[in-house]
Amino acid sequence: MTAADSSAGTSPACGDCVLNNVSNLRELGVSPAGHDIVAAVAGNPNTGKSTVFNALTGLRRHVGNWSGKTVDRAEGGFEYRRRRYKLVDLPGTHSLLSTSHDEDIARDFLLFGRPDTTVVVVDATRLERDLNLVLQILQITDRVVCALNLVDEAERNGLAVDSRHLARELGVPVVPMVARRGTGMTELLEAVEQVVSGAITTRGKRVQHRDNRLEQAVSRLSEQLEREFPGVANTRWIALRLLEADPRVERAVADGTLGELSTAATLAAPPGGNTT
Amino acid sequence: MNRSTILDEAARLRAELDDDFRDGIVESLYAESSRITSTTLSHRDTPARTTWDKLLDRALTHRVWGFVVMGVLLFGVFWFTIAGAAAPSGLLSTLLVEHGHGWLTRLVSPLHVPEWLTGLLLDGVYLSTAWVVAVMLPPMAIFFPLFTILEDFGYLPRVAFNLDRLFAGSGAHGKQALSMMMGYGCNAAGVTATRIIDSRRERLIAVITNNFSICNGRWPVLILMGTVFLGKLVPPAFAGLVAAGSVVTVAFLGVLVTLLVSWGLSKTVLRGETSVYSLELPPYRPPRIWWTLYTSLIDRTLKVLRRAVTMAAPAGAAIWVISNVTITETSLAGHLAALLAPLGWLMGLNGIILLAYVVAIPANEIIIPTILMLTLTLGPGLFAADSGVLLELGAAETRTVLVRAGGWTLLTAVNLMLFTLLHNPCGTTILTIWHETRSVKWTTVATLLPVGLGIVVTSLTAAVARSAGWV
Repeated sequence: MTAADSSAGTSPACGDCVLNNVSNLRELGVSPAGHDIVAAVAGNPNTGKSTVFNALTGLRRHVGNWSGKTVDRAEGGFEYRRRRYKLVDLPGTHSLLSTSHDEDIARDFLLFGRPDTTVVVVDATRLERDLNLVLQILQITDRVVCALNLVDEAERNGLAVDSRHLARELGVPVVPMVARRGTGMTELLEAVEQVVSGAITTRGKRVQHRDNRLEQAVSRLSEQLEREFPGVANTRWIALRLLEADPRVERAVADGTLGELSTAATLAAPPGGNTT
Repeated sequence: MNRSTILDEAARLRAELDDDFRDGIVESLYAESSRITSTTLSHRDTPARTTWDKLLDRALTHRVWGFVVMGVLLFGVFWFTIAGAAAPSGLLSTLLVEHGHGWLTRLVSPLHVPEWLTGLLLDGVYLSTAWVVAVMLPPMAIFFPLFTILEDFGYLPRVAFNLDRLFAGSGAHGKQALSMMMGYGCNAAGVTATRIIDSRRERLIAVITNNFSICNGRWPVLILMGTVFLGKLVPPAFAGLVAAGSVVTVAFLGVLVTLLVSWGLSKTVLRGETSVYSLELPPYRPPRIWWTLYTSLIDRTLKVLRRAVTMAAPAGAAIWVISNVTITETSLAGHLAALLAPLGWLMGLNGIILLAYVVAIPANEIIIPTILMLTLTLGPGLFAADSGVLLELGAAETRTVLVRAGGWTLLTAVNLMLFTLLHNPCGTTILTIWHETRSVKWTTVATLLPVGLGIVVTSLTAAVARSAGWV
């Protein structure tokens, strides 16, 4: 468990009140110096990732109603309940399996950057499409909070999403929200905080492969990877990438960077031993 | 067990698996998300909104009407910008240029500052900065929010959708329509946005042609030329319409040139297959007007303005210096303009305009102030201006200055609009292109190809206009 960063970030008295969650949020803009927690924002294109990002960091980057507006990682920071977060806005991707530059950025960060938590923004009106990505991310990490965005749009389209059922299925918290209006922001922050602090134990859905031989091959490779690189969390997923002959992952195994990244400081230094 | 044996093991296990085991992985994922969706999502009544969405989409992405709507909307945006910006521009010009300069001069005069210093700071730096603010702030404050509202509503992806087919036809990637639309904001951003294109060949095409999207810094040049020259050809009642029409024409010409150059590149140096791509149309979302006004003011207007000012200040100083350093009784600027004059004449422009383009390489935003300042300095002394000093000049008097001191004709104005579309990318964009391609060769191509095209096109229009006896 990470201790609160320092007294420098103490909020004013009423901000400490448990009932007053939003005032526990302090936007830090682009200078998240000395953060404890690294959180990533991922999701399909045009689901509202950048809106969530802006709402949390207080940055006023313009976000357009576009597919693929963010092509690089954007970073910002905020402070919530005395933890300083560095938030990384990843480019929108449909999957982590393909190889375009923006998908690489998203995937590499989730894999090698090892964020303490990942907020996956899901468009409630396109649930099935977006769940494909959620499930893929859950193969890499289960420290995930699912932000079910645009529930107002879904409602207008006559769709009702049972978010509690969805949470049970995915094994991670699901927060219904309308990021454009700030609805559900507090709940999202709470969920993120609980995942980070270990108050909620997530059990991310691991998709079983129907093909038995594939399942066996994955387990076999995964065991070997664990022996060679102790501490790498998502060996099953890496095993799968190796079976698919993903050149980047192959390189990371061959030159040992996979192992280094699991122990040493990564893209952003992870906090000392929080809940893992 | 070591690393290479893991890779060998992976290869061995891979060989044992079916060839299509990848499909199996994807299928497992899809089946799972489909199952979860079916148990999570319930449909209530049939929504009325979807049909409204579909109707709108049918009109906005129609093969014919889609383009008609595109033209009308763009035209409306420019007309509104031109009509709305005139008054505040005049006001700012009177305040900052006419009075502001006088006040500052009187304020400084008792301090006995050396003349060269006041010249450099007040006449050079202050005036060019004031000019940029007066000319650029009002149109930007109107144009950017309007454009942003269209973007938020979800219209721009529809434009990209309409253009997608044309891009595929020209051998480029459909996603180039997206990076091109970004270029209409800023070319450096547009070049970065080409990252969404996977194939290197198609990405290079998108990078090289992005400059044909008119960026923030170039809109004011077009709007000013359209207003003071083309708008003046018709009775005042129609001036705004003609001015807006001319700007839209240049913007569409930009799309046309993008397609033609993309086609040319894909048929010559960048040959290859066109990738298949499906563009997803985002849902329409009601724009948040106040939020949009706020963010586009902060994000675009002020950012562009700050850049213009930071660029205009040193450029103003540079202009003052080259106007006041004399060699053999002519200023440095005079020598340079004279050197560029023959090429300028060939292109239907003049030496001063070309010199301004050289000075303005760091940022397109300062072209108009630079041209005006140099014209006043180097032209016949009709306006009793000191060297490098711009005085008492409202937007309305711009035409008089350019026509009388600069000898401008309609051809000059039209060719300046064309050259604004077809010239080298600004310094920031060139740097971005280098960062993205890491290739001196392609950066050079992306820099010189547009300016070469500009020289050819303007020379042609000049030759035609002259042989037809229009000028």
